[in-house]
Amino acid sequence: MAIEPRKPPSQFVLKLQRALGGRAGWGGFVLQLLFVAVLAWISYEIVANARANLQAQRITAGFGFLQNTAGFDVSQSLIPYTGSDTYTRVFFVGLVNTLLVSVIGVFFATVIGFMVALGRLSPNWLLSRISGAYVELVRNLPILFQILFWYLAVLAALPSPRQSVSVFGMFFLNNRGLVIPRPIGNPGFEPFVVAVLVAIVAALVLWRYARRQLYQYGRMITTWPYLLGLLIGLPLVTSLIFGAPVTFEMPVLRGFNFAGGARLIPEFVALTLALSTYTAAFIAEIVRAGILSVHKGQMEAGSSLGLHRGEVLRLIVIPQAMRVILPPLTNQYLNLTKNSSLAVAIGYPDLFSVFAGTTLSQTGQAIEIIGITMGVYLLISLVTSAIMSFYGWRISRSMG
Amino acid sequence: MKRVSLVLTLALAAGLSAQGASAQTLKTVKDRGMLSCGVSQGLPGFSSPDDKGNWTGLDVDVCRAIAAAIFNDGTKVKFVPLSAKDRFTALQSGEIDVLSRNTTWTLSRDTSLGANFTGVTYYDGQGFLVKKSLKVNSALELNSASVCVQTGTTTEQNLADYFKGNNMKYEVIAFASADETVKAYESGRCDVFTSDVSQLYAERLKLANPADHVVLPEVISKEPLGPMVRHGDDQWFDIVKWTLFAMVDAEELGVTQKNVDEMAKSDKPELKRAFGTDGNLGEQLGLTKDWFARIVKATGNYGEAFDRNVGAGSKLGIARGLNNLWNKGGIQYAPPIR
Repeated sequence: MAIEPRKPPSQFVLKLQRALGGRAGWGGFVLQLLFVAVLAWISYEIVANARANLQAQRITAGFGFLQNTAGFDVSQSLIPYTGSDTYTRVFFVGLVNTLLVSVIGVFFATVIGFMVALGRLSPNWLLSRISGAYVELVRNLPILFQILFWYLAVLAALPSPRQSVSVFGMFFLNNRGLVIPRPIGNPGFEPFVVAVLVAIVAALVLWRYARRQLYQYGRMITTWPYLLGLLIGLPLVTSLIFGAPVTFEMPVLRGFNFAGGARLIPEFVALTLALSTYTAAFIAEIVRAGILSVHKGQMEAGSSLGLHRGEVLRLIVIPQAMRVILPPLTNQYLNLTKNSSLAVAIGYPDLFSVFAGTTLSQTGQAIEIIGITMGVYLLISLVTSAIMSFYGWRISRSMG
Repeated sequence: MKRVSLVLTLALAAGLSAQGASAQTLKTVKDRGMLSCGVSQGLPGFSSPDDKGNWTGLDVDVCRAIAAAIFNDGTKVKFVPLSAKDRFTALQSGEIDVLSRNTTWTLSRDTSLGANFTGVTYYDGQGFLVKKSLKVNSALELNSASVCVQTGTTTEQNLADYFKGNNMKYEVIAFASADETVKAYESGRCDVFTSDVSQLYAERLKLANPADHVVLPEVISKEPLGPMVRHGDDQWFDIVKWTLFAMVDAEELGVTQKNVDEMAKSDKPELKRAFGTDGNLGEQLGLTKDWFARIVKATGNYGEAFDRNVGAGSKLGIARGLNNLWNKGGIQYAPPIR
């Protein structure tokens, strides 16, 4: 009598079992389900409990406060804002200020970081020692200390407005910041912008065309006179036709401060300086590690092809190093963004200071405001990670 | 600061049940053997620690008076220093029993924070501190000035209202703590430091050359400062409220820290009621019959506390002004103990 082989379970059920329950199968699935249920129950209890008690104590809850008038002013705002706007507006003012510091900080941190890393790897003894000293000094001092150093020791030592350092009578540097002429748009402004955009697009197309000619047919085309003509000539012609695109409002000392002109406040400068130099020290080490991770033979091969050291780095080493550099670099970008909340120590009106600070204590709605603020920082960080992952994906794809 | 407010918020979200609905603050305090009192992080005259770590000041004396009324010992207080930002959360979450931290009584704070003001310890108003070298004599000359202010205070809104109302421009720089604000003012980042006048006098003492700075004559707001307690415990509300009233009534009745024992033997009916030799008013509050004597013994009457901390007997040297008794030209007035 032949023994009938047992029918194997169908592929689909097996897969499902593994996916939901891991090795333990259905039992594992039940455990996971239980775990999620307990987690959900705990979160529900926390929310319901807080809500019930807030109500019992008649503490105002909910998000209605966002429509109330803020009634206080803010020293720096990129979007129009006055004291009679709502708390929602305050939130956006703070958010924009946080993003501004983060984006500019990330930019400078990356530039300085790469420069210091290349300096440290340079065969020039002095340059590499100076870069090394920079990294060791800056990364080993607390960030809050560095912010206060720039703010209280460096920028506060500048002269008062009446004794400003003046450059050409147009730029004024004092302990209230850097005052510069403010551009005001004229009717010729819009055609000017369009002309610049058109010139940039045309220049890009021309450049790509020249490159294709070089790679495919080995033909070298001199493009720079055309590029120059496009980028300078086109906007110039437009402004001749439509009139000057902008006029400048000159700052004038009046009373305690300069009236007119635009101003870079010292809180912003101190924070950006501190954040970008501090983060740059870490980025420098990450970049150095990335470059060293590329096999020495790559560099030698490049040199034997007759490339300069700079070209070897730019064309061969750094593209390969980017794969190693990118993940820890993302971490540094996230750190910089989060560290920007230290702005509260020097009175820079970032999200944490104006929203989780002033707004919180004026409305007293701690749970809602801290919740929103946490959510926003989380969102900024996740978006940053997503952009960096996308960039990483493109790099690894281009390398095959 | 960030961490403190986060921890407090989490405590508020998760742990409200422990304090929330319960109306037994007095019992909690007695069981703990200590009053937990929220004060400032250091404001001379109101609440600041001395070099030995002992807290002194008018707000501190209110805490000590409450502790004395409960324990007959004004030292049984745990002082919790709080920033302007964290103070209400600390009270809501039950970390402190009383908030006695130069806090301005306003309608929105009285209603939306789940807490009540119990009285006025100090009638204050907002003013401006400027360097004498600027040669400014009035706040109306401050157009286009840079102003340093501590964030999370009514000051910020008053400032906006005042400059807007007088059609003047200004730049505001808001800091988290009073120390940072004063440092920025001293470094020249701002022309003006604005705060409650009492605080201006107190902070001026910390500056390198106090005589180089002057408080402008304008007082631009009403700032009645007083203690706060949580909603939902009327007995505790009464105790804190009447402790302050007892201090004011003691001054009116002429009872001082020195003569309290003699006065306790007095035959005057209002004194007999206060000292509990006639009736049981203290017990009605949930305290003991001798609650009044305990308070005066610990901190003296309101006038003594004022003089010692902010008035003529202190470095601040602030005149009684509005804070004098109602029958001496001020507006300090307490309901009768009867």
